[in-house]
Amino acid sequence: MANESLAVEEKSFYEEGTSKRTGLLGWLTSTDHKRIGLLYLIAITVFFLVGATIGLLMRLELISPGETIMAAQTYNALFTLHGVIMIFLFIIPGLPAIFGNFFLPIQIGAKDVAFPRLNLLSWYIYIIGAALALISLVLPGGPIDTGWTFYIPYSVRSTTNVSLAIFSAFVLGFSSILTGINFITTVHRMRAPGMGWFKMPLFVWSTYSTAWIQVIATPVIAITIILVILERTFGVGIFDPALGGDPLLFQHLFWIYSHPAVYIMILPAMGVVSEIIPTFARRTIFGYKAIAFSSLAIAFVGYLVWAHHMFTSGISDTARAIFSFLTFIVALPSGVKVFNWVATMYKGSIDPKPPFLWVMSFIFLFSIGGLTGLVVGALALDVHLHDTYFVVAHFHYVMFGGTGTIFIAALYYWFPKMFGKTYNIKIANWGVALFFISFNMLYFPKFILGYMGQPRRYYDYLPEFTSLQVISTVGSWILYATLLLVFGNLVYSLFKGKKSTGNPWGGVTLEWHTSSPPPLENFHEIPKVTHEPYDFSQLKEMKHES
Amino acid sequence: MLMLFSQIASRNTQMVDDIMWYIVGISVVLLVGITITMIYFVFKYNRKKGHKPVDIHGNIWLEIVWIGIPTILVLTMFFYSYSGYKILRTVPDDAFEINVKARMWEWEFNYENGKKTDTLFVPVNKPILLTMESMDVNHSFFIPAFRIKEDVFAGKETYLTFTPEKVDNYDIACAEYCGLNHSMMYSEVVVMQKDKFTEWYGENIDENIIDENTKAEISN
Repeated sequence: MANESLAVEEKSFYEEGTSKRTGLLGWLTSTDHKRIGLLYLIAITVFFLVGATIGLLMRLELISPGETIMAAQTYNALFTLHGVIMIFLFIIPGLPAIFGNFFLPIQIGAKDVAFPRLNLLSWYIYIIGAALALISLVLPGGPIDTGWTFYIPYSVRSTTNVSLAIFSAFVLGFSSILTGINFITTVHRMRAPGMGWFKMPLFVWSTYSTAWIQVIATPVIAITIILVILERTFGVGIFDPALGGDPLLFQHLFWIYSHPAVYIMILPAMGVVSEIIPTFARRTIFGYKAIAFSSLAIAFVGYLVWAHHMFTSGISDTARAIFSFLTFIVALPSGVKVFNWVATMYKGSIDPKPPFLWVMSFIFLFSIGGLTGLVVGALALDVHLHDTYFVVAHFHYVMFGGTGTIFIAALYYWFPKMFGKTYNIKIANWGVALFFISFNMLYFPKFILGYMGQPRRYYDYLPEFTSLQVISTVGSWILYATLLLVFGNLVYSLFKGKKSTGNPWGGVTLEWHTSSPPPLENFHEIPKVTHEPYDFSQLKEMKHES
Repeated sequence: MLMLFSQIASRNTQMVDDIMWYIVGISVVLLVGITITMIYFVFKYNRKKGHKPVDIHGNIWLEIVWIGIPTILVLTMFFYSYSGYKILRTVPDDAFEINVKARMWEWEFNYENGKKTDTLFVPVNKPILLTMESMDVNHSFFIPAFRIKEDVFAGKETYLTFTPEKVDNYDIACAEYCGLNHSMMYSEVVVMQKDKFTEWYGENIDENIIDENTKAEISN
């Protein structure tokens, strides 16, 4: 489609902006979806590394029982911050805001998103939300110490800056809603000629499903946050039992958003997996429709399982049974995806480059996360495991082993396209291997600790848990060093890397049909889509072979 | 660790562990199956071998199989664990009721005859019913050795039941984050021989039957 020789003469989106402004101002006022995606990339990666550093400090404190490097109040503030940063500032916006922004319009052959100015506004709202969270740390009263779940009544009793901290989540929510609206409209209205719904790449499908959750679920947390702030400020008595309120109502409202939010976190990652496997196996995806519809199924059933976070909260036995049942059901579409991904490797021509290795690592870690989800979804077991390290291990396998791994995979996959540079493959391979080992070393002992009865959010612990805690802490050191290697490799390549070709992996979705990095409006001419998304017979290399 | 998994501390400990092994067993088979298949494909269909890739768009029968079989598997998991859960939550008629009060950061146990302690004393082989309430924020009453836990709220009574089967001391932990000293909110359940307990308590509780009001309340 796109002509390589033509591409060389044209300016990339780095050289040509949406306005006359240049330099930093040209970036901060740009409505180009690619520039906005990169603005998000910088902010979100910084917060990810901050969150990881806090995790490292927490693990260091836990290397021995009793006080090691910090007091209990500091530890309680740190695990709250770790959760708030990782969830609201990294993992919820992460894949949609960075890669969704950059690649969703390109993959459907559009020049930009439907509402470019709204898109820029979303980034500013994100930055304002993040700034409010940072301000809440330094104001008198001290950093929030309630856990990221800010359960009532503790969050009403706490004298720390709870209101401002959760208000920052309120603000961030609007960034998420506006991005969702933008993506939904873009997918409906901006597809290139010939780009039918079932010709869309699966990353578009999963980001589209995610966008619906963002738009529909996020207002619930917004209302909840406002009610908590009212409760703290005026004592209106909605949630606080001392004023005649119901703390369980808070938990319901909180999880009605926060469980679907789990799918906001994982669905786009699943979409990236569905892009990477066909490219490196050089064959079409197995079960395109099964994967596309399972995204929608997850988005839908995902609304109906929230109370599995409340199996020990005294809700009725009937409610517990229904929510447990639905939790087992929501596991099925994820299973369908895993089976289809593995089947896509069958009779392919597999070149296990770093992005593919990250995906293999993802399939293993995410499977553990998903399967242990069955354990905690089972009523008789959750009564024992709820609020223990088992749950902590489970969601780190899903969120970090799942989405976090794919965040890195996506960076390694699209890096040449985004920056027009290549990176060192050997170091990248070492990154995957070290990550895989240290990740399991850090988080697997937590499954055992949890079953042995180690509750979560514990500053201190019983002496019999020490040896497993130490293994986990040592794992955190290796993992942290590995993350520095993984990101360092890319940052180095940004400056010193060799120039990449337009299509280094032999991908066939539309982003590989334009130059690296792409021009301002993505394509030199609007593409006409005639192939299905993963049709590798159009690839030059394949034609030579046959 | 293995000791802890096989220890029979209460009537239902073994049952919970059995359900755990059932789900973990199936999970390990699935995980190993997926992983081996994936690694096998990567070697077998490696690009270096120069196979020409084959486009297979899908297979409706395979989709049915890998939706159908997992559906059956998760349904068995659901029913097995639900039946176990029913047993965990069923209060025997001859249960001995003890009232639990939680506050930042201690447990208080109130007995029917007015005794009040900070350690939970119970006789072996006697079903126990704990009716629980918080004086301040949310807590959660957790006895790992018995595999049971239930949150403790202000203004809303919750309950737990268990039947200890081995004379020993077991940890009670708080599992719901409750502020500064949450991690130090430990107590113990001391399981005693029946005659020792009667001596400590001052009366015989063998003929005890939980009253109708309590029963009606907890069945809601």
